[in-house]
Amino acid sequence: MATLKELAQVNERFVGGHRLCAGCGHGISVRMVLNALDNDEHVVVGCATGCLEVASTIYPYTAWNCSFIHNAFENAGATISGVEAAYKSLKKQGKIKEDIKFVAFGGDGGTYDIGLQSLSGAMERGHNMVYVCLDNGAYMNTGIQRSSATPLGADTTTSPAGTVVPGKQQPRKDLAAVMAAHNIPYVAQTAISSWQDVHKKAKKAFEVDGPAFINILSPCPRGWRYNTPDIVELVKIAVETRFWPLFEVENGKWKLNKKPKKYVPIEEFLKPQGRFRHLFAPGNEHIIKRIQEEVDQRWLALLERCGEKPELPPR
Amino acid sequence: MTPFNRNFGQGRSREGITPDMNWRELTKAGNIYEPGNANTYETGDWRTIRPMWNEERCIHCLICWRYCPDASIFSTDGKFDGFDYKHCKGCGICANVCPTHAIDMISEDEIDEQKEARENEE
Repeated sequence: MATLKELAQVNERFVGGHRLCAGCGHGISVRMVLNALDNDEHVVVGCATGCLEVASTIYPYTAWNCSFIHNAFENAGATISGVEAAYKSLKKQGKIKEDIKFVAFGGDGGTYDIGLQSLSGAMERGHNMVYVCLDNGAYMNTGIQRSSATPLGADTTTSPAGTVVPGKQQPRKDLAAVMAAHNIPYVAQTAISSWQDVHKKAKKAFEVDGPAFINILSPCPRGWRYNTPDIVELVKIAVETRFWPLFEVENGKWKLNKKPKKYVPIEEFLKPQGRFRHLFAPGNEHIIKRIQEEVDQRWLALLERCGEKPELPPR
Repeated sequence: MTPFNRNFGQGRSREGITPDMNWRELTKAGNIYEPGNANTYETGDWRTIRPMWNEERCIHCLICWRYCPDASIFSTDGKFDGFDYKHCKGCGICANVCPTHAIDMISEDEIDEQKEARENEE
């Protein structure tokens, strides 16, 4: 495991001067993932439309200190798999000598919803690429509309909390499990609260021969409405409350990377966020209870998949 | 502080793109030929609070560098080497993750007021 002192010597592939909001989780996640590559490694990046894409490639600027290919909202997986196929052909013909890595970044809108078909296709065809989903739980770029990654009870502009509807009414999609069902060599879920975890998983994903998928929790200060500097604590709480478990699936084998010792109620994660404020108003207790049940159920299912004893720590 | 740079893509090696150019003069298909030229666009004037380094307390762990979304913390030979005030947006994450509290966030207004007061004295 490389130390930060060594990692700080690696070329910066996502430079300052991009127009993401102050304290955006995307900037941190992208820098962590691309930092797992060595100085002499080449990488081609593609982005699904979203905050990251529109903020990092405003003409005539690019914040990507590497090759970048633009594409539309729904086809980041297809575009990068096409580039990878072209590279393979050119390499076979001897026109390219270098080894090149391919990575696609997508938000949760461009991955969970709109780009799911092209991502699924790319994974099934077995291209040697990495797909990184930066999950901030809504379409933040267009003004915080709900997506299938939005947690139950969250207030967004298309699932507004009011007197009749208390925020989003459906639980979120478990995308990492969907990707694992593609039987690809590597699937991981990670969070920036542990940079070692992100680094290790990004490195594994780049090294694997075949498609890899990483899901990163990437808070949005504007959409989640928390105190911007507290990003790392908030992500840590998401892991501690088991809302965002850290796990990886290598060649079909599930492995849990962090097992919180204590039972931390989900309220700890909901409280600092403005998008869940309405849940603490009288009459909405049943939704918090539903969220807790959802989290517990998923945690037990995950433990079972990982071959561990499915039980919750004592309250 | 010198004015912030808005140079319309004028990077290290290429001519800039200016708003008065017509479509024939722009790059083909809107391609950008210089990787990382966003570095020449400065976002430092977004900042309302400024991170200040406390040298005695710093242990050069570089956790601030790791968690900076704007790559605005310089490091040389694995050691902290100042802030990039031309790009820092003042989010305050570095001050929050610092294990030894070696970074203080100070209001830009306060800094300006102090500077003004000093100039008036002179």
